[in-house]
Amino acid sequence: MSAYLQIKDLHKTFYPHGQPLKVLDGIDLDVEKGEIFGIIGFSGAGKSTLACCINRLEKADSGTIELGGTDILSLSKDQLLKQRHKMGMIFQNFNLFDSMTVYQNIAYPLEISGVPPKEIKQRVSETAELVGLTEKLKAHPGALSGGQKQRVGIARAIVTKPDFIISDEATSALDPQTTIQILDLLKEINQKYGITILMITHELDAIRYTCNRMAVLEGGKITESGLVRDIFENPHSKTGELFAKVFMLFQSPEFTKGEGI
Amino acid sequence: MSLLDSSFWEVFLASLSPEIWKDLWGPIGETLYMTAISSLIMLVFGIVIGILLDITNPNGLIPLKVSYTLSGWLINCLRSLPQMIMIILMIPVARLIFGKSYGTNACIIAIAASCIPMYARIVESSLLEIDKGKIEAAQAMGSKNISIILKVLLPETLPSLIRGFTVSVITVLSMTALAGMFGAGGIGDIAVRYGYQRFQHDRLFACVYILVILVQLIQGIGNLVSKRILKSRNLI
Ligand SMILES: Nc1ncnc2c1ncn2[C@@H]1O[C@H](COP(=O)(O)OP(=O)(O)OP(=O)(O)O)[C@@H](O)[C@H]1O
Ligand SMILES: [Mg+2]
Repeated sequence: MSAYLQIKDLHKTFYPHGQPLKVLDGIDLDVEKGEIFGIIGFSGAGKSTLACCINRLEKADSGTIELGGTDILSLSKDQLLKQRHKMGMIFQNFNLFDSMTVYQNIAYPLEISGVPPKEIKQRVSETAELVGLTEKLKAHPGALSGGQKQRVGIARAIVTKPDFIISDEATSALDPQTTIQILDLLKEINQKYGITILMITHELDAIRYTCNRMAVLEGGKITESGLVRDIFENPHSKTGELFAKVFMLFQSPEFTKGEGI
Repeated sequence: MSLLDSSFWEVFLASLSPEIWKDLWGPIGETLYMTAISSLIMLVFGIVIGILLDITNPNGLIPLKVSYTLSGWLINCLRSLPQMIMIILMIPVARLIFGKSYGTNACIIAIAASCIPMYARIVESSLLEIDKGKIEAAQAMGSKNISIILKVLLPETLPSLIRGFTVSVITVLSMTALAGMFGAGGIGDIAVRYGYQRFQHDRLFACVYILVILVQLIQGIGNLVSKRILKSRNLI
């Protein structure tokens, strides 16, 4: 059986100031259905670029991306919009719409995919309840804390009942406590709805807390991938080694309760 | 009363007299009418052209390099024309539309034509201020470009768009005064005819007060509205 998300030999080169910059240099990646898969890498490693290639916010140069049997890179424009309705994305900076209330923010993805108004109302209130924002539906994002903003971000990503979510540094702008709450929420939606999550981060704790399997992105390539536990205990790549060392230094009892180890 | 034979103080007192002001209400109405209609035309065309500039930008929603470069060049050309010359250039256009090349309506065409390129640039720069992440998020959710423009781009930048419009309306107002020289009527007409040609400085003074008050009023309203919106969004 083939994996749910299957990336093969993905390449992407940028040309800032005319000079070629190879950001993705032959990425191979398999993510199974229903798992939370972690991708770790240093700043500038190309994590966001990889994420953006998957929903085609960025155009890959070559390679293939298959998601649930759909060949992403060969979709037509219309098909791509439909496909995007079925996948959510969560951002480090939340990227909420300040002009809309929390309710309108969560309703937006439903509106643009043509869901009838009555159903929108119901789905928004259900989702708001799930992420714990029922009280805040009338507020504007400007009045929310970082953690609450990210809850809106998550609600907005799952309100369309997607099969797949990309989380690009969803917790990197949050304090440790809020981080744990948000990670718990991600785990909850993963277990409750079986949503597959690709969790991109540079925080190893977040990966250890949430993921079972992970990959290390370094120099435009996946330098190692496998069980989180194995990579931390026996790293083979520079990045993996460094992260493992950092982990030893900062091992905190709070996180050792997690599933990673 | 003229500054040539009376003191500044006497002219000032005379400029407040009801005698002078009773002849000014009509011109004030004309000025307001010209400003309002010109601003409205400027708003519609400026927003549309500004949006086109923003989305055809190389980093925009629909990059169109050739069209962006050409329209940018054309707008710069139009903007480099002094307003006076724009008015003269618009005379045949006004004649085509209204059958005559002078009067209030004819000048409205000239004023709008002169201010649209400027306002389009201001709209473009307001739209460019949007956090790119918001556009990215809207795209990741599968928004069509038209929903991104109408539901994200414009509402998110509304306070900045309003501030830009305020500045532009004030430019329109100052142009109506200039257009007064070309038979547009209004405050500018009074200032030129009485203040300049007949040395009736008391009337000139009155015209200045009116323009100052109008500018303050427009700026005040613009500031208030954009602040209200920011406050309702908890952004200030
Ligand atoms: N549109 C672009 N044009 C040119 N270069 C780009 C572009 N987008 C990204 N890059 C470059 O590609 C490299 C990878 O960027 P990317 O944002 O994918 O890194 P990242 O791993 O997500 O980093 P971070 O942890 O800081 O978010 C960086 O060197 C960046 O400067
Ligand atoms: Mg990134």
